[in-house]
Amino acid sequence: MERLAERPFPPGEYDVVVVGSGPGGLQTAYSLARTGIPRCAAISRDPAPGGMFRRFPVYQRLISWTKPDAPFDRGTREYEWYDHNSLVGHEREHRALAPEFMDRAFDVPARAEMESALVAFAERGGVRVRYDCEWLSTRRDDAGFVLETSDGEYRCRVCVFAIGVTEPWIAPIPGLETASHYVATNAPERYQGKSVFIVGKRNSGFEVAQGLLPWARRLVLGSPRPVDTAMLAFSPLSIRYLSPYTEHVRGGSGSYVIDAAIERVERLGDGYRIQASGTTWEGRMELVCDEVIAATGFRAPVRDLPTLGVAMVNDGRMPAQTPYWESLSVPGIYFAGNVTQASTGLRKHGATSSSGSVNGFRYNARVLAGHIAEHHFGIRPERRRLDADELVPHLIAELARAPELWIQKGYLARAVAVEDAGGFRDEGIVPLADFVDRDGADACGVAVEYDADGTIIPVVYVRRAGRLTEHALPSHPLHDFDTDEHRRQIAGCLAPLLQSKVGTSLG
Amino acid sequence: MEASTASYVEALERLSLFADLPHPQVEALAHSFGEEVFAEGQRVIRQDVTGGGFYVILEGEAKVVIDGQERARLHRGDFFGELSILTDEPPAADVIATSLLRCLIIPDNELKAFLLKQPTVAYRMLQIEARRLRAANVWNG
Repeated sequence: MERLAERPFPPGEYDVVVVGSGPGGLQTAYSLARTGIPRCAAISRDPAPGGMFRRFPVYQRLISWTKPDAPFDRGTREYEWYDHNSLVGHEREHRALAPEFMDRAFDVPARAEMESALVAFAERGGVRVRYDCEWLSTRRDDAGFVLETSDGEYRCRVCVFAIGVTEPWIAPIPGLETASHYVATNAPERYQGKSVFIVGKRNSGFEVAQGLLPWARRLVLGSPRPVDTAMLAFSPLSIRYLSPYTEHVRGGSGSYVIDAAIERVERLGDGYRIQASGTTWEGRMELVCDEVIAATGFRAPVRDLPTLGVAMVNDGRMPAQTPYWESLSVPGIYFAGNVTQASTGLRKHGATSSSGSVNGFRYNARVLAGHIAEHHFGIRPERRRLDADELVPHLIAELARAPELWIQKGYLARAVAVEDAGGFRDEGIVPLADFVDRDGADACGVAVEYDADGTIIPVVYVRRAGRLTEHALPSHPLHDFDTDEHRRQIAGCLAPLLQSKVGTSLG
Repeated sequence: MEASTASYVEALERLSLFADLPHPQVEALAHSFGEEVFAEGQRVIRQDVTGGGFYVILEGEAKVVIDGQERARLHRGDFFGELSILTDEPPAADVIATSLLRCLIIPDNELKAFLLKQPTVAYRMLQIEARRLRAANVWNG
């Protein structure tokens, strides 16, 4: 811990300042340090790495899996698809750290195991952070931004906020402010023998309900939106937290899940009275209970960023972002980590990204570091050149095995540009929305997506003479996109680009 | 994330499209379908790209562009994307934000179920489509 105990990055002038030392901040700082941008600093109000995993989840178990043994070796790029909790290293010894710490009691890590893996990533990967340095306020100056912190002022051209979505948010229901928030429910014995109403039935609502099952006398979860069972079946929640819902569906043994708009929460003697109106059923209800828990979610602790002009979304809970996770309204302010879920991408057929969890945002952060280096500092990474006969095999390999494409379906893409001088140039992993909306030069991109029926398919995008075409390729029962048929179809899609190349080189 | 603030629900309640929905149903709408914000110049739906949603403008303005030509302007309360979903074809136009644009979005595969569950919204939508059709006929004729 000696390296972490140092206090690097004193207040002063920097090119980029990263705020936060959770997984999003660590991945961003790690990746930025490898771009060649000379002066990148990272600061955090926490005393050590780990971010939310230093405290949450309240019931100490994650819901995203890591398979310690998988068809591919730890440390390979392909293994990342089996390990949704490790950050992604450039060097092999920084990769696949989460499984090292798992005791294999479950295929999902415990909170403490996750925290250890993040600390190990920071130590082994040399991620330097000035801890105990709290960002307090923000203002602009001629060169960019000034971050006022508990240690002094940081001036920078670009800042990246990886501040999590961890500030308890209580829905504006009259009286709900008198209830406990999810974050304060870590002593379940307090609820022994009690009747508990939980406002909210997404992750934190079901997690706390599951945690209280052995203690509470009666549990009711309520919110306006009905539970979508089809979606729930594939939700990470299904791994651990659905007993309260199962009990409700079977006729209840003290657990109920109701669809109702909660209108009012009132103190009533030692307990509470809830007034609600049905949303999937007609009528009103009044419920009396001993305790109320607000599991209504979290917001990003953005401090004064909205007064600087940063536009917010989701009822002011998260900053609205471009496909490259830049504030929609204040250029130069970027975001990393969990909050990048508010950069929704194309949302084809309603599909959401994995940017709200480590497996997705670790790639966003790596792409972001490269984008900042290129866009703000003119540092372009070495790009692999491809001959015409290498193009199809390259794209097939990406579609078949690239963890970025498989985890960030319909969100991240592999892009390849047509070079003026002939041949092709790999452009790396990019946000699909950015690729689709770019103007100009001939290029192609591939992504793994869900079609309208929810089937996983490869999709090829070709831009030729300023016009974009989209080609959906066939699905495969074993998700094997490395077949002769896929090869043939991709070659067909790319024919206009390949032919124009032949024309150029002959001409 | 669960629950909404008053502001999002209030913004939805002010739109004529949802004027017949009882309050709990507007709450359910707000909880089921989120808002999205776009920067000026950003594309919201894309000509010939599949899978776009149904959008209702809560704040800001947008333009409808076909093959690079601007065809119409859209304002608060206007909606778009439904024709492509109802006909199961890719959008015939780009819709591009001309200011900071705030929209409610209903994904393509959830619009049908939503309209069948909320026939008053479907009826309001038909009325607005009918007015658009009449205006287009007058324009052409």
